[in-house]
Amino acid sequence: MGLLTFSRGGIHPAENKISAGKKIEFAGLPEQVIIPVSQHLGAPSKVLVKKGDEVKTGQVIAESSGFVSTNIHSSVTGKVLKVDAFPDTSGYRKMAVQIQVEGDEWVEGADTGDELITSIEYTSEEIRDKILKAGIVGLGGATFPSHVKLTTPKGKKADHLLINGAECEPYLTADHALMLEKSRELAIGTKILMKGLGVDKAIIGIENNKPDAIRVMEEAVSGDPGISVQALQVKYPQGGEKQLIKAILNREVPSGGLPVDVGVVVFNVGTAYASYNAVQKNRPLIERVVTVTGKSVSNPSNFLVRIGTPASYIIEKAGGLPEDTAKVINGGPMMGKAVSNLDIPIVKGSSGILIIRKEESARDAVKPCIRCTKCVSVCPMGLEPYLLMAQAEKGMYEDLEKDKVMDCIECGSCSYTCPSSRPLLDYIRLGKAEVGKIMRSRKAV
Amino acid sequence: MNKLIVSPSPHAHTQENVPRLMYGVIISMLPAFAVSIYFFGMGMIIVTAVSIFSCIAFEYLIQKYMLKVKPTHLDGSAFLTGLLLAFCLPANIPFWMIMIGAIVAIGIGKMTFGGLGNNIFNPALVGRVFLFVSFPAAMTSYPEPGQWLTYMDAVTGATPLGILKEGIGNHTATELVGQAPGYMDLFIGKMMGSAGEVAAIALLLGLGYMLVRRIITWHIPVSILGTVAVFTGFLWLINPQQFADPLFHLLTGGLMLGAIYMATDYVTSPMTKKGMLIYGVLIGILTVIIRILGAYPEGVQFAILIMNAFVPLLNKYFKPRRFGKEVQHG
Ligand code: SF4
Ligand code: SF4
Repeated sequence: MGLLTFSRGGIHPAENKISAGKKIEFAGLPEQVIIPVSQHLGAPSKVLVKKGDEVKTGQVIAESSGFVSTNIHSSVTGKVLKVDAFPDTSGYRKMAVQIQVEGDEWVEGADTGDELITSIEYTSEEIRDKILKAGIVGLGGATFPSHVKLTTPKGKKADHLLINGAECEPYLTADHALMLEKSRELAIGTKILMKGLGVDKAIIGIENNKPDAIRVMEEAVSGDPGISVQALQVKYPQGGEKQLIKAILNREVPSGGLPVDVGVVVFNVGTAYASYNAVQKNRPLIERVVTVTGKSVSNPSNFLVRIGTPASYIIEKAGGLPEDTAKVINGGPMMGKAVSNLDIPIVKGSSGILIIRKEESARDAVKPCIRCTKCVSVCPMGLEPYLLMAQAEKGMYEDLEKDKVMDCIECGSCSYTCPSSRPLLDYIRLGKAEVGKIMRSRKAV
Repeated sequence: MNKLIVSPSPHAHTQENVPRLMYGVIISMLPAFAVSIYFFGMGMIIVTAVSIFSCIAFEYLIQKYMLKVKPTHLDGSAFLTGLLLAFCLPANIPFWMIMIGAIVAIGIGKMTFGGLGNNIFNPALVGRVFLFVSFPAAMTSYPEPGQWLTYMDAVTGATPLGILKEGIGNHTATELVGQAPGYMDLFIGKMMGSAGEVAAIALLLGLGYMLVRRIITWHIPVSILGTVAVFTGFLWLINPQQFADPLFHLLTGGLMLGAIYMATDYVTSPMTKKGMLIYGVLIGILTVIIRILGAYPEGVQFAILIMNAFVPLLNKYFKPRRFGKEVQHG
């Protein structure tokens, strides 16, 4: 079997998968959790609890408030301390439920045992409903509600499900660990998603820097003719939906379109695992695997973390914040967000906490563009980052739109690669925001 | 603990930077430099040293005292311009002419446009062409290879392309090519020509190094050399009495140096692969036309400067292939 990859652009940043091979370890229960009610793309959920309420692990504490929204559950047993705005990963204060942890008693019906349940007893509709009720969203970072993705829009038809195990972000190993330890659950989760979507083919894409995961997953799906594993060449951003689809099926999602426009729906491996828990075990999404890593972290780890646990708590578990820390990133080095506050809660979209040392955070001064074309060659979307930056600086929004600024997936390959250290993506983001506004106002007219 | 830095992603950066790229190009030119020292001796060393030193000094002086900005003379780019300028001058050219060439290259070719990144024309070529027009005699007397301890006193002679240009009409191309050094000599660089342009094999080695280090891509050099080969090959097949063969054209004059080092200058070449190919093909065609129809024996420098002027246009009309076609609405 040959290795596949996407054809345009891409980079090879240092992999730094320090925590690879570390077993998933339950991080334990913190004293308090802060559970934001908007951890997904779409409408914030409606809070159902108030100060003083007793809640159980897995109990719904905020409910879906529209089609593109989802449920939020308590990740612990305890007492609601406050329903208020708390700072989250974005740096802003957002509505959240703060709970004093008293124990870990699950709601009725949840199966917390390890026994593997293989047969899928539900119809597609029931699967979608269970996934919505369990609050499942894309765990790769996009956090798009999964039941929405399983509902194919009118006039479109999906023929393939792709499971994203590329984990192309340097440093992160959460998906890798999950594939190694939960391969059979993942295989069943994949079948559940296939049924929910109504397709009979699924392909699990894994980069070949994880040969053990490829082997284990191949074994786990060997009984299912509909599911296969595809090894991929290591290249960033292979885990981008559009790049993954191009790599595996050689189909190009149209500009401004969705994967389903080319008959594909993509879920992350974490999402497939969560779907298994939701459908087979009646366990809502209240925990996830989070990598805590960095060059000077004393014990880089893959933790199973309850949603709402403060980042500081798992950083402590990994050996504490090193002296020479300059930045703490929620996510990987390419697309993660730097945070200013370590008490921010782990949410459904948090795949890692990366601690960056002073010496790694230093950047050369920004120098003039020498027109080396490197940013153009690495852009996976076929854009001209140097030009988009210049247009954004000058406020040339019409040209930005014509030159497809909205296609930018914000992968950061351009900024990574620029020998003049130009902040290309920073300006492109500004340009996107402005062009987005203009496009929306045009639609509104 | 100190305050955490909050900055937008990405939080990782490649090791590559402008000086590393520039010095990478310079390293790739060392084999050609060595061969040229072997053939032109002391003259080569003096010309190169004066040229590099003048370019760096003028960059520093102009930035510090005229433009009053922070000098960037050590970022490798002025060094590279100096080296490139030296490579396309005869190894016996008086040092004061080199200094004039350097001031034109840096002052007019680079700084008047706003410095590195903004210039339209390749600065080294601007300097060279200025000298060529101002001092045609000095710029067309080339030392014979094999003189080690000579500089301005070197015995001079005509280049292979010069012999071809002078003689065609009275002699057949075959006779004239026969008067030039043999192909093996042309290949290793034992011929008359500008200081750094003679050693085809060493220049190709440099190209290999730059490709492996991903400093440049193959598109420009291959399209130029390929076009020249095809175009001259076609003419040669039609009339071998009138036209020299393609190998002769590839190995003589400044073509290798131009295709590998001058046309690939980042700032003055196109931004997309498609643009690069078209740019290369047109440089190749122009070079052959000037060599055959023009007043000068060699045309690659003019061809590159002419195409430099078209680069903004190429960038405008040859965009990269975007990922994903437009969605069909309605
Ligand atoms: S961040 Fe945007 S412009 Fe830059 S390489 Fe990625 S897709 Fe291209
Ligand atoms: S990578 Fe940087 S220097 Fe090179 S063309 Fe792009 S913006 Fe300019």
